[in-house]
Amino acid sequence: MLEGRMSDTAAGLGIWALPLALIGGALRVSGPYLFVSLGECLTEKSGRINLGQEGTLILGAMTAYGVSYLSGSPWLGVLAAGCAGLVLGALHAWLCSLPRVNDVAVGIALMLFGVGIAFFLGKPLIQPPAPRLSPIELGAWSSIAPVRAALEIHGLLLLGVVAAFVMRFVFRRTRWGLVLRVAGEDADAARALGYDVDRVRLVATAIGGFFAGVGGSFLSLVYPGSWSEGLSSGQGLMAVALVIFARWDPVKCLWTSLLFGGAGALGPALQSIGILGGYNLYATAPYVLTFVIMIATSSARRTFADQPAELTVAR
Amino acid sequence: MWKRIERFHVGMHTVVPNPAGDSTHRAERSARALRRLIFSLLSVLSLLALSCSKSEGPSAAPAASGSAATTLPQKTFTAGFIYVGPKGDYGYNQAHAEGAATVAAMPGVKVREEENVPETEAVQKTMESMIELDGASVLFPTSFGYFDPHILKVAQKYPKVTFLHCGGLYQEGKHPPNVASYFGYIDEAQYVAGVVAGMTTKSNKLGFIAAKPIPQVLRNINSFTLGARSVNPKVTTSVVFTGDWSLPVKEAEAANSLVDQGIDVLTMHVDSPKVIVETAEKRGVFVSGYHVDQTTLAPKGYLTGALWNWSKVYTDYVKRIQSGESYPHLLRGGFKEGFIKMAPYGAAVSAAARAKADEAKAKLTDGSLVVYSGPIKDNTGKVVIPAGTVQTQTDITLEKMNYLVEGVVGKISS
Repeated sequence: MLEGRMSDTAAGLGIWALPLALIGGALRVSGPYLFVSLGECLTEKSGRINLGQEGTLILGAMTAYGVSYLSGSPWLGVLAAGCAGLVLGALHAWLCSLPRVNDVAVGIALMLFGVGIAFFLGKPLIQPPAPRLSPIELGAWSSIAPVRAALEIHGLLLLGVVAAFVMRFVFRRTRWGLVLRVAGEDADAARALGYDVDRVRLVATAIGGFFAGVGGSFLSLVYPGSWSEGLSSGQGLMAVALVIFARWDPVKCLWTSLLFGGAGALGPALQSIGILGGYNLYATAPYVLTFVIMIATSSARRTFADQPAELTVAR
Repeated sequence: MWKRIERFHVGMHTVVPNPAGDSTHRAERSARALRRLIFSLLSVLSLLALSCSKSEGPSAAPAASGSAATTLPQKTFTAGFIYVGPKGDYGYNQAHAEGAATVAAMPGVKVREEENVPETEAVQKTMESMIELDGASVLFPTSFGYFDPHILKVAQKYPKVTFLHCGGLYQEGKHPPNVASYFGYIDEAQYVAGVVAGMTTKSNKLGFIAAKPIPQVLRNINSFTLGARSVNPKVTTSVVFTGDWSLPVKEAEAANSLVDQGIDVLTMHVDSPKVIVETAEKRGVFVSGYHVDQTTLAPKGYLTGALWNWSKVYTDYVKRIQSGESYPHLLRGGFKEGFIKMAPYGAAVSAAARAKADEAKAKLTDGSLVVYSGPIKDNTGKVVIPAGTVQTQTDITLEKMNYLVEGVVGKISS
C-alpha cells in the first residue's frame, strides 16, 4: 500500500518519513560512535581509559580527508586515519607506562594535542573537495527515492559491524583476549603469569586508537563527508561514555551506537514532517535516553560487574 | 602494580641520598630527566598547536609600534580582523575574510587576522594583543556576540582605537564614541533568491534550515518565502531549526529529512552552509546558498545565493579613516548601498526565472518594491502588517520580528 500510494516521490512520505529518518539517521550518524566506542572498549578492557579519543577522532578525520585528497583514494585515507590514531594511541600508552602518570590526565592532554594538530594541519584542506567513499545501495529494490537514500549503507559501517562481532569473539574465545582481560582485571595476576602488562596495554591502546582514527575518517569521508573545524560536536567524548553504557561489550557498543544515531535524527525529522514545537527538547533525546537506561539498569547494591577492575575510575 | 611501586621507591631512595653517584644511577637519573623533559615538551607542544591554529598572517610588528601608531600620520595603519570561526568555512567568516583581503590589498594598510575566537573573555585578550603587540588602530571584530560586553569594555580602555562591529547594535550616547556597528539588509537578497526558488521548484515545497529563531533569521525566512510566493502562490517553506550556528551532522540530517518530504529547493541560515549545499547536491535537489558563493560545491543544483559584499563596506570605512574623515557609527544597507549581492545564477535557472529575479532586484534597488508592505499575515492567520502599511528596511519594527509569514511551515517557540 505504501509502495502504491507513495510512488510519487514529490508527494513526500508524510508520517512514514519518521521511522525512515530514524533508520536512515541510525545508519548515517552511528559510524563514528561505533568505531570510537569499539576502540575505547578494547582499551578499557586492558585496564586503561583513553579520554583522548575525541582528539584521535578529529585527527583521523583530517588525515583521512587529506590523504584522500592527495592520493585520490578514499580507502587509503581510511587506512592513514587509522595509522594516525595508532600513533596517538601508542603515545598515550607509552606516556601512561611511565611512573606516576595518570591515564585520565594524559588522555585530556592528548585530546587537546590531537585537536590542535588537526586544526593546524587541516587549514588548507577546508576548501578543496576530496573523493569520498561511495555507498552500497541496499534500497535499490525500492522505487521511492527517500527509501533508497535511507538504506544507503557504507562499506566502512559494515566493516565496523563485523569488527564488533570479531572483537567479542576475540575477548571471549581467544588466548589473546584472555590475556587482555587478565591485564584489565588484575595486573598482578597477569604479571604472575609472566605477561608484560604494559605491553598488553600498549597494543590494546594503539589498536583502540586505530579504531578511533577510522571513526574520524567516517566523519570526513562518509557522513557528513567534508572536513571543517566544527565537524565533530563531541562524538568522541560521547562514545567514551557509550562504552560504559554498553557494559564493555563490543556487540552492545554496536546496538547503542545505532540507538544514539537514530535518536540524534529525531529532532530534524519531527520538524520536517510538521511536528514543530519542542525541537530543543527533542535535541536532548540521546541524553535523556542515556539517563533513562542508566537509571533503569543501575542498582544500589552492586557495582558494574562487567567493569574491568583495573580501570582508574574503578580503583 | 606492587612491583612497579616498589621498583620506583628503590629508585628514589638510591638516587637521592647518594651524592657521589655511580654511573648507572646517573644514567637512570638522566633518563628520568629526559622523560620528564619529553613529557613537558609534549604538553607545551599541544598548547602551541592550539594557539598556532589561531594566529595567521604577517608576524607581529615591533612591540613599540603600539604607541607609534597614534603618533604616525593616519595614512599607514594596522587593521585587525577577528573571526568567530575558521575563515575558510564557505560561510559567515569567509565572507568577512574576503572583505579583509580587499582591505589588505589597499595601499598603506596592514592586516592582522585571528580566527576561532570565541565570544568570551578570549576576544578581549585578542583585541588587546592586536592593539598592544601589533599596533592595530582599527579593529573589525566580526561576530555578533563580541559587542556586549567585550567590545564596549576594551573600547573604553583604548579610546584612540576604532572598533567596527558587525551587527548594527550601536546606540548613540549609550556606547563609546570610538565604536561603530554596521549590518546589511541581506533579506533583500533572500527575497530575490526566493523568486528564483519559486520559479524553479516542481513540488512547490521549499526547505529552510535555520540555526535559531531570532529576528534576523526570521526575517530571512520570511523574505525568502514572500519572494517565492510573489511568483508562485502555491509555494510553502518548511523550516527546521537546528539550535546552533554550526552543527554539521544535524544540518545534514535536517537536509536529508526535508528532501525525504519532497522538498526540492533548500536554503539556509547557518554559519557554514557547506554541508547543506553538498548534501543537497548529493540528493539531487536544488539549493540556494548564503554568505558566500558556493557554486563549486554544487555545480548541478546551485541556483543562486544571498551574499555579503563586505569588501565594499570595509574599503569605504578604511578610506574614510585614512583621510581623517568622520565615519558613520550606525551603518546599514542593502542592494542600493552595495552591501549585498547575488551569486551568479546556476545552470538550472530558467530564462523566465532570471528575468523575474532581475526585475525584483532592480525594484528593490530603486526602492519601488518594499518586501514588508501590508497586508501580510502570519502562518496562524493573524494580520501582522495591515493593508496600507509599508515597513521599509530602516523600520525598527522589522528588527523585532517575531512571526513567520503565511506559507511558512514552522514554529518559533521551542
